[in-house]
Amino acid sequence: MTQIQVKKTLNAAEGEMLLNVDLQLPPRQLIGLYGKSGAGKTSLLRILAGLFSPDEAQIIVNNKTWIDTRKGILLSPQKRKVGLVFQDYALFPNMTVRKNLLFALSKGQSPEMVEELIELSELGDLQHQLPPKLSGGQQQRVALARALVQRPELLLLDEPLSALDQEMREKLQQYLLRVHQAYGLTTILISHNQEEIEKMADWVVVLDAGKVVKQGKVEDVFDNVAPEQLITLKGTLIKTEHSAGGTLLTIENGDNVWRVLDDEVREYQIGEDVRVELEAKEVKIAKK
Amino acid sequence: MIDWTPLLLTFRLALITTLLLLVASIPLAYWLAYSRNRIKPIIEALVSMPLVLPPTVLGFYLLIAFSPANSFGGWIDEHLGLRLVFSFEGLVLASMLYSLPFMVHPIQSGLSNLSPSLKEAAYVLGKSRWTTLWQVLLPNIKPSLLTGIVLAFAHTIGEFGVVLMIGGNIPGETKVAAIAVYDEVESMNYAAANSYSIVLFITTFIILLLVYLFNGGHFKRSWL
Repeated sequence: MTQIQVKKTLNAAEGEMLLNVDLQLPPRQLIGLYGKSGAGKTSLLRILAGLFSPDEAQIIVNNKTWIDTRKGILLSPQKRKVGLVFQDYALFPNMTVRKNLLFALSKGQSPEMVEELIELSELGDLQHQLPPKLSGGQQQRVALARALVQRPELLLLDEPLSALDQEMREKLQQYLLRVHQAYGLTTILISHNQEEIEKMADWVVVLDAGKVVKQGKVEDVFDNVAPEQLITLKGTLIKTEHSAGGTLLTIENGDNVWRVLDDEVREYQIGEDVRVELEAKEVKIAKK
Repeated sequence: MIDWTPLLLTFRLALITTLLLLVASIPLAYWLAYSRNRIKPIIEALVSMPLVLPPTVLGFYLLIAFSPANSFGGWIDEHLGLRLVFSFEGLVLASMLYSLPFMVHPIQSGLSNLSPSLKEAAYVLGKSRWTTLWQVLLPNIKPSLLTGIVLAFAHTIGEFGVVLMIGGNIPGETKVAAIAVYDEVESMNYAAANSYSIVLFITTFIILLLVYLFNGGHFKRSWL
């Protein structure tokens, strides 16, 4: 069982935001931490890893206290049995794939684990390459393998697949799941991609503006929109514009034109038929 | 035939200064790259002072400080048996201060430009600061280290004002090549001045050329 109670005032773009989280996570589950960017997901992960100090916190992982600010306990990242896969992978460019994994061994640990992970991750042919020469997907596999060398009690994945194309993403989702199950890990996966969370997570925590707004099984958290509050728009794509937040789509159907922002990276073709599903929070109807 | 002693002394001074400076600059650059301490701007300004300060000013204050008649110089003389004015040891210390920014700045900017996640990844893997510095950070800023080493070396060769102030002109002890050039010109001995000058000119050019070739990737980067 993992208990997480964290309070931390964050300086967000819109001013101060209080990250205030109280969670009990079941062991050996893949927990999806879902929310918009700026919701506090990465800050929470960094606090768990020990890279960021909370104002107040109590974090207990498998009966071991990592932080308890009231008792003055604060384990350094070095002392936590935690695995972290960074968004940019953070592979050491001066070491080959194999040396990256060997470097991760703890003192006195037998290198067998490295052999096992190289095999499991299908890195055999790449093991003597330097990381900058690998593709994004390959680097991702190395980063995950490296995070597992010390057999962490908590595996943290910060948007591990966001920089990859759709095909590679799907392949690695399967691979992540396989590894998660093979080692019986408690894993926290950060993603702002609902589809990804639905596909992978056993348990979902939805974070918004620093607070947990919803949590539960995937089907309970995501599938509770009543059908009458789901609106589907169909039309033809007439224009795409790239903006900082994603792709701005202009969709036309007869006299109606809609502009919709897609926050994922996808390939579109002008003229193709698209479907947009909207979830209404509140429905107001007026007679004409 | 010219007397080679000033040239040999110059290179010995540059070599020793560079080695000691490298050892001293790594922790200082590390602190400057990562610290958020409030006094950091003051330390940064002090480290950069030799870039703009006339060398004679630095030399003058060092002369005062190192003088055995004053408390610091007297203490060093008494407890360590070191006389820092008009001695080779004093020149080494003064050169280290004079060339400090040339070593510290490249290392500091090399460390600052590394992705912070490299350091964090090593910490999460249970590695100490020391292991992280030696096995992760420094190996990934080799071009910056090379730049610092070479600039500090070349800058020490080019030193004149500081040496003149605190080293004087003692053959074999403090008479470096730059001083020898000045000395020969003073005695109208242009041929000898030219011999020293041309050696310094060519050596420093070759050293700098090698750095730019290496860091520009013109050699195969097998050493990286």
